[in-house]
Amino acid sequence: MSRERVLRSVRAALGEARGTEVNVPRDYHHRLTGEEAGSRADVVALFSERVADHRATVRHVGADELATTVAAALWAREAKRIVVPDDLPYGWLAQLEGVQALADAGTVDVAVLDAVDGVVTGCAAAVARTGTVVLDGGRAQGRRALTLVPDYHLCVVHADQIVGTVPEAVARLDPYRPLTWISGPAATLDLGLRRVPGVHGPRELEVLVVED
Amino acid sequence: MTSGPIPLPMPRVLGALGGTGPGEAARPRFATAAREALADTGQRRSLRESMAVLRGRREAATAEAADWEELREAGRAVRDRSLLSLDTHLETLEGAVTDAGGTVHWAADAAEARRIVVGLVRATGRSEVIEVRSPVTREIGLDRALAGAGVDVAETGAADLAVRLAGERPAHFLLPAVHRDPAEIRRTFLRRMPGAPSDLTDDPRELADAARAHLRRRLLSADVAVIGAAFAVAETGTLVMPEGDGGGRMCLTLPETLICVLGIEQVVPCWRDMEILLQLLPRSATGERMSPYVSTWTGVSAQDGPRDLHVVLLDNGRTAALADEVGRAALRCIGCAACLSVCPVYERTGGHAYAAGGSVLSGPIGAIWTPQTRGVRGAAEASLPFASTLCGACGDVCPVKIDIPGILVHLRGKVVQARRHRPVPPPEMAVMRALAWAMGDRRRYEPALRQGVRWARLLSRGGRIRRLPGLLGKWTEARDLPAPPRDPFRVRWRER
Ligand code: SF4
Repeated sequence: MSRERVLRSVRAALGEARGTEVNVPRDYHHRLTGEEAGSRADVVALFSERVADHRATVRHVGADELATTVAAALWAREAKRIVVPDDLPYGWLAQLEGVQALADAGTVDVAVLDAVDGVVTGCAAAVARTGTVVLDGGRAQGRRALTLVPDYHLCVVHADQIVGTVPEAVARLDPYRPLTWISGPAATLDLGLRRVPGVHGPRELEVLVVED
Repeated sequence: MTSGPIPLPMPRVLGALGGTGPGEAARPRFATAAREALADTGQRRSLRESMAVLRGRREAATAEAADWEELREAGRAVRDRSLLSLDTHLETLEGAVTDAGGTVHWAADAAEARRIVVGLVRATGRSEVIEVRSPVTREIGLDRALAGAGVDVAETGAADLAVRLAGERPAHFLLPAVHRDPAEIRRTFLRRMPGAPSDLTDDPRELADAARAHLRRRLLSADVAVIGAAFAVAETGTLVMPEGDGGGRMCLTLPETLICVLGIEQVVPCWRDMEILLQLLPRSATGERMSPYVSTWTGVSAQDGPRDLHVVLLDNGRTAALADEVGRAALRCIGCAACLSVCPVYERTGGHAYAAGGSVLSGPIGAIWTPQTRGVRGAAEASLPFASTLCGACGDVCPVKIDIPGILVHLRGKVVQARRHRPVPPPEMAVMRALAWAMGDRRRYEPALRQGVRWARLLSRGGRIRRLPGLLGKWTEARDLPAPPRDPFRVRWRER
């Protein structure tokens, strides 16, 4: 059987070196250092700057302005119909006049997802140093297809969800959940080495940072 | 600048270690293939410009990370840790994937991997699949095998699409169409892509939209997907895939069945190791702080992701590389392709020259990977370790600190050894011994390199070295080399 054959070759190849313990020096930065961000406000500012670098739109709002900002963002795009995870906090869409929101509990058809004008979700964590939002399918995030098929993704990030570095995010996230790390809109370097939007994921990403 | 010629005469034989796709012809050795590539000046220009852009992006992204050297050292250690207990990690991975509802398959060689994947696709009863091409799926010649089995494959990547429509092979294992500029891709799309808008311009944005429109229906309705992944985490059974365009997300989100083909070396011990590799890979590969998308998934999911997950673990010569105490470091490779964009030989010849040598991985990593996994009995494989100027730039940028020049020298020695039975002791043996000695120590290496630079400049005419004298003539045969810069990269680097 090939399983045995491959494992046997691995063992034979390693010989005496097999099982040698290698110590992994982890003296890279686990948190942001002073130059990058000293205070909490710096972390949030760094996140916004880095998200914008990916050519995503980023806006800061107070908690009380969230519903109007979500509505304004959708009106600006003339969105008629959007999809949201069915556990999205009701308040986020409270001002949504003239826009129909489909609540998805895992049953909305792909063809419908392809036809809607966008999707609104929250996130599980965000990383300042890389300008990344991470979705894990948990509360207010929905299943993966929801943030993949529609062409526009509006993602709400609470300031306290933003960590400084990748190590902090990895420590916070659960690998048994379906994780999607999103750093800007879908982009390809394939066609001339300029980062252009596309090809398959949402070509537009808008991030709202909620500061309480 | 010291280098041995390729021993002659060289029989054209196929690599003995498998990996040959059905019906593939004998492979020309590097020098022959490179000469053809060198003749295509348009391609050389695009490639040179692209490599300069990639170098710039990588440099900026790594300079920004103040802890870059610490990350590289940690990355090296994580990969060595993976490799030195590879058997244990593979068994742990198998257990974790199985516990999470997936199935693990083992393939000793490319033919077996093809058989497994074709069998899995057949079992679904579908005749269409979508695929994110990866170095591993290319290595096993999967597309041809699927086509042979009557399965229709749609690629998700725009560059893969362009390369296939143009009837070419990829020139670069991360950016397959990097040798073609947007105007050429536009022409290919217009000529060969059904439904391409007739007013298509060469704006990359429009090209991306055209590819999207062409592929969208297939992707949204696919039931079976085949992909590679960057890493497999043993501890949790998690598969990790960074990407730019979302084609991978399509594959692991919508179809019911997902088949993931991985090299056995791609396993890493624990989830926490991702905090290192997910920083090293995007900055090295495309000069991004993070790839636009990184997806991770563990096993199957009723609602979110594949309901049926198959992981195919491929050896195909990797254990042969693992057996070499020096050469095994090549298996640390995380496929960032940074060594390609700094390589003067790659930049001038392009990936096709290496591909013709039997290699999927091109550039410096290809030159150390292919001879080790396929053996050096074939002329093409034996010539690859000589496809280098040993300038050292590749080793200096590698995010997992693979000493590529050191391994190249080591493999040159092995090639020479393998041909020792020949009656007259080849002169390159003496050269290699001297070179290995000189390379063994930085204090000896740099003066030696400087000396080489001095006489190479003397030989050059108009900044080009066309042919070196004597036994080194063979080496310049396909290498219309620029004269080396006055200061070798290594020296300049240290003097910064
Ligand atoms: S050898 Fe190093 S630099 Fe080259 S592709 Fe592999 S990881 Fe990247």
